[in-house]
Amino acid sequence: MSAMVDITFKLNGINRKTRVSATMSALDMVRDVLGLTGTKYGCGEGECGACTISVDGITLNSCLMFAADCDGRDVMTIEGLAADRKGEALRDSFVEHGAVQCGFCTPGFVMQAHHVLEKNPDASEAEIQRGIEGNLCRCTGYRKIVDAIAGVAAAAK
Amino acid sequence: MAVKEAVKDTEAKTAADGGTLIGKRIPKMDAPMKASGKTRYIHDINLPGQLHAKILRSARVHARIKKIDTSKAKALPGVHAVITAADVPNQHPIGVAKDHLPLKTDRVRSLRDEIAAVAADSVEIAEEALKLIEVEYEDLPILSDPRDSLKANAPLIHPEPHGADGTHDHLKQGMPIAYTGKKDNIAMTFDYAQGDMAQGKAESDIIVEDCFSLHYVTHCCMGVSGVIAEFDSSGNLLLYSNTQVPFLHRREFADLLGIDPGRIRIIQPPIGGGFGSKLDIYPFEPIAIYLARITKRPVKLVFSREEEFVASPTRQPVLLRLRSGCKKDGTLTFREVDTIHDNGAYTSWGATTPFVMMQTISSLYRVPHCSYHTKAVYTNNPYAGSFRGYGNLQATFAVEAHMDRMAEAVGMDPLAFRLKNAQEPGEVTPQGMNFKSCGFKDCLTTAAEHGDYERKHRDNATKWNDPNPIKRGVGMASMLHVGGGAKIYQSDGCGTILKIDDFAHVTLITGASEIGQGSETVLSQLVCEELGLPLSAVTVVNNDTDITPWDVGVHASRTTFIAGNSAIGAARKAKSKILGMAAAKFDTTAEALDLRGGFVIDKASGKRLVDLSKMIRSLHFSDKAELVMTTFYYEPPSRHQDREFKGDVSAAYAWASQVIEVEVDTKTGIVKIVKVSAAHDVGRVLNRLGIEGQVEGGIVMGQGYALTEDLMVENGTIRNPNFRDYKLVTAPEIPEMDISFIESMDGEGPQGAKGVGEAPAICVAAAVANAIYNATGVRMTELPFTPERVYRALHGKAAPMTWSDAE
Ligand code: FES
Ligand code: FES
Repeated sequence: MSAMVDITFKLNGINRKTRVSATMSALDMVRDVLGLTGTKYGCGEGECGACTISVDGITLNSCLMFAADCDGRDVMTIEGLAADRKGEALRDSFVEHGAVQCGFCTPGFVMQAHHVLEKNPDASEAEIQRGIEGNLCRCTGYRKIVDAIAGVAAAAK
Repeated sequence: MAVKEAVKDTEAKTAADGGTLIGKRIPKMDAPMKASGKTRYIHDINLPGQLHAKILRSARVHARIKKIDTSKAKALPGVHAVITAADVPNQHPIGVAKDHLPLKTDRVRSLRDEIAAVAADSVEIAEEALKLIEVEYEDLPILSDPRDSLKANAPLIHPEPHGADGTHDHLKQGMPIAYTGKKDNIAMTFDYAQGDMAQGKAESDIIVEDCFSLHYVTHCCMGVSGVIAEFDSSGNLLLYSNTQVPFLHRREFADLLGIDPGRIRIIQPPIGGGFGSKLDIYPFEPIAIYLARITKRPVKLVFSREEEFVASPTRQPVLLRLRSGCKKDGTLTFREVDTIHDNGAYTSWGATTPFVMMQTISSLYRVPHCSYHTKAVYTNNPYAGSFRGYGNLQATFAVEAHMDRMAEAVGMDPLAFRLKNAQEPGEVTPQGMNFKSCGFKDCLTTAAEHGDYERKHRDNATKWNDPNPIKRGVGMASMLHVGGGAKIYQSDGCGTILKIDDFAHVTLITGASEIGQGSETVLSQLVCEELGLPLSAVTVVNNDTDITPWDVGVHASRTTFIAGNSAIGAARKAKSKILGMAAAKFDTTAEALDLRGGFVIDKASGKRLVDLSKMIRSLHFSDKAELVMTTFYYEPPSRHQDREFKGDVSAAYAWASQVIEVEVDTKTGIVKIVKVSAAHDVGRVLNRLGIEGQVEGGIVMGQGYALTEDLMVENGTIRNPNFRDYKLVTAPEIPEMDISFIESMDGEGPQGAKGVGEAPAICVAAAVANAIYNATGVRMTELPFTPERVYRALHGKAAPMTWSDAE
């Protein structure tokens, strides 16, 4: 078994202290150590976006990040975003536009959508499509996901 | 926010007389939870005391197992159990042909084969333990092409009973293949014939023959497979499962364990995609159950993504040869089809897809004389399961590419040729299918119009020799699929229990599982329509076999139709009970009353007589206390097929046509889908938002099948078990989708609706093949149309596909 590391970081606005194994991924930490299961495992290889979290305002695939590297950082998961006004707006737009079917990919898309719109509130349809390129969805065909994100962008104007 | 307004809006409309939820854009009821990350999938559930299981799979494609040594694994701290076949005497075979044991005994037949399993305190320890298991193999020759499997003297995949060490010698001949072995490599055959082929050929002015080859793809559900098994102290089994057919599986698990099915409870947490992949029992489920029984602890087993690629079912590769004739005026005369299916090493539902394929072959168009022969052949490849469309992607690809070739041969426009032979309402086909509602011709003309098919098809074909390397093409394809259930099992029914509480809140308890398709919302809409209630007045319970009434399962696009009719039946019974009581109270007749907007109303004047909740409380608290709780079982008026595969298996049939425009870069072979104009006969649109989502998702899945997805299996080994090399379509690649719904108002359908779940994926590959031809003059006969394959075909470097089966 590998060495354990103590880390301190901010999770969804709350300061946290936790002990993780040095080889553990950030994904396993949020799911298994911290019990936040909204972040999903889809591939474990950085290819699907189901595990998207935000670290210091940048989204990344938590399956590729070491938990230990969260030390000193500001981490946000879907649970944090969903409790925020912007997350609620995204949630409502996803619901209203029919962007959710099985829903397994949805938290990752909502996280990435938030990031895309934070960076570029006026994102065009093509920019939104490129922005969510790293997230896979097997159910919806993406059309309604793009509409849902564009809907939030339009409402913000 | 907007969503709340949308819901309020629809609720307001229901509240008003004559208002309806049918056809509206109704958000999925479980979507808010899912979009905030609160939904608990099987991966998110952990039980106290739970152990984690992992499976050791074969390191060889085809081999004898000489020896397994688990002693080191067993000694690892944190390991609770290590099992092999030897630890589970009397394993029962699983699968459609009952041709494999969950834990393999003396032989492995594919790389996914399960040899041993570990239950440990953590996933990491279980994985560590797997590495300590020592297996000695003796390699056997590999069969990786079904045509080789059919050759005389080919090695056999199932030469002897599994566990020929004597474990099963109490079992006799006539038993499943796992007990008897099989003296050839043919898993299943299907032979269908109608009319008189000689006559059909004699009447033909033109005969066209084509061969096609279709590839392996796999479901890629975003949520990987998983199960949690737990026995209580009395030996009752609780299973958290992603199954699409809980009631059928309860029986199967009972047979497997030799216990009464009544002692098995299946709970289905929300599932991360199904698409047909969860219609069969796979070895990991019995293995988790064995481990739970041995350790007396809850056992959770979840796949990794790589395992999901290697050890979950596929859509099966098919080789097809079609020969059809027509008269000079374009009237089809006969069709003769042979197919070979790569079954893989074991038999799951994939082997039975010819049931569906033959419907397309015999009945999409009027074909008086028809024959169809197929073999599902054992190889050492991954085994094939059921996958959205169930053989119909393969059959439609071949038939619809072939139809374009025939149109060209007879000198007709492909649309006119199809219209000439298309089915119409009222037709009963020689196979016995009765097309009571049929919007096929409307689908054809609507898709053609939206895609500007005729003009573009004519113009594009004049530009083959233009210097511009970027070519445009349009192609069309159509499909027929069951849309009113499919009578495969004893019953094709679904039960509903409907309960209205003293606040007029409805609990709709249905046998029909929700797999992301939106059934819970559509069923609620149908109930609200009967009871005059807003959607917010309904809670759906659909995932616990101890509570829900029987249903055959989510397959064959049947849930809206079958479970919908069942829910309507239960709601109507409740309504009649309430109105009967209200009539007595208000001294009138039930016929004079109705339920609207949460009230009992006087039908003629629209006047609100009493609040529904008050009415129900007065029933509960009267001296003749009454609950409003009703049950209904709906069995569709369809028939089982006879031994010749004839019969009207579905109560309704769905139709669709899609016109697809592509851009082909002849310099690179890259094909881009620009626009899909889809017209679907869905009977009636119940939830516009939901049905659009089904069609869009299906089209994009079809796009992947046509262009990007390819599970590369070489010598029994999957070369690309990850999303980097198995390419799913991503957001920037989706085409413009112009979707039209043809509402043929099926007489038997719930509010006129028919099934749609599988339909949208079915036509895409054929339409793309026809569009590539229209763009370039080159006919693609092998899927998928990757840049390399298209480039080679365009530059004359691909040998045409030939039929060389080894009969
Ligand atoms: S699980 Fe991290 S990208 Fe797929
Ligand atoms: S909604 Fe199922 S994977 Fe996206």
